[in-house]
Amino acid sequence: MSDDKANPAGANADAKREASRRDVLNEITWGALGIAGLGAAALTFQFFSPNVLFELPTTFRAGDPDRYPVNSVTLLQDQLIYIVRTASGFYAVSAVCTHLGCITQWKPEVNTITCPCHSSKFQPTGERLEGPAPLPLPHYAINFTADGELQVDKLQIIKADQVLKA
Amino acid sequence: MTTTTMGTSFHSALENLRTTGVWKSIFRSGPAVTNRARSLKVFDNLLLHWLPVKVRENSLGVRATYYLGSLLLFLFIIMAVTGVFLMFYYRPVAPNAYYDMKDLRFVVSNGVFVRNMHRIGAHLMVLLAFWHMVHVFYRGGYKPPREFNWVIGVMLLLLTLSLSYTGYLLPWDQLAFWATTVGSNMISAAPAIGNEVRFVALGGHTVGGNTLLRFYVFHVVILPLLAFLFIGAHLWRVRKDGGLTVGAKDHDGQD
Repeated sequence: MSDDKANPAGANADAKREASRRDVLNEITWGALGIAGLGAAALTFQFFSPNVLFELPTTFRAGDPDRYPVNSVTLLQDQLIYIVRTASGFYAVSAVCTHLGCITQWKPEVNTITCPCHSSKFQPTGERLEGPAPLPLPHYAINFTADGELQVDKLQIIKADQVLKA
Repeated sequence: MTTTTMGTSFHSALENLRTTGVWKSIFRSGPAVTNRARSLKVFDNLLLHWLPVKVRENSLGVRATYYLGSLLLFLFIIMAVTGVFLMFYYRPVAPNAYYDMKDLRFVVSNGVFVRNMHRIGAHLMVLLAFWHMVHVFYRGGYKPPREFNWVIGVMLLLLTLSLSYTGYLLPWDQLAFWATTVGSNMISAAPAIGNEVRFVALGGHTVGGNTLLRFYVFHVVILPLLAFLFIGAHLWRVRKDGGLTVGAKDHDGQD
């Protein structure tokens, strides 16, 4: 660097050497550019992260409870969940495979939920039986609305043993 | 002897053209009468400057390279040309994309030929890229002084795979939709930032209209531009790093 030539006091003096005007200006410039760069990166990330999505609402009505007979598993095609009704009540379990996101299928003849992509198998409770899926199918919060319909909230994941009494 | 006369007059006309100011302004190096002028002809030309002035004869045989790099370059050019052709009919929006693809296959004149050139060429490109990597690896082409060009080559492989992956969604059929669903779910497996990155990559929680448009922009602008720059650097480095790798067998003339 030209600064070193102008200041030939040797290596020891280098550390103690007072910062030249050029050093200070360089640090200010690169510091400002660095901060501006980080800010630009953050703004870019925000720009590409959409604020309005034309996706289905995460809380939705699943209709009259009588639509679901006792001991049945019903796929809601749009919302990709199963409404399961057992003797003790209702629960809502995800129909999206926990492996890589394919839609599972309910096979009543073998009493299992299976994934067509990589053959993961689940019990109707969502418990994993076999295949590459790493996790059981999650249960979503299910409740009655004031007028007695079922309502599911997909943002609330609840424990698998919670059942809504019919 | 009319042909000779014609030939001679054409030749002299060309010689006269070479003395004009316009010719000299384009081709600065003048007539190739000396070795220096011949070299300058290559150095001074934008389209030729990345070529070596001299090559080893044994690096030109089929078995030295199988021409894999050149084949990949030609495939890239075919992809660019056929890709631009397809852009004239394809609209990357959810209601139209699938039907535009169908129209290209069944309605547009020679559309199925152009589409299949693009599709099969893309499959070939991935195949040849792997073959090229394996071949260069077994030839020791990753060793110094070519180690940085190997790194550029790895970047180009990743770009080829990214182009292949983003292009796979564009037909907007069931295969495309589920392949992208599965592929993007792999992104979520990345610790801490996985879900965020997936959300931004898809432009939503599931594969949808935003995803189609995003993948299209990546497929037709960002990734080809990056690939173009990396290809330029890659070919230039071949010359700068001392030409093509030639194995010991080639030096003995046994291969």
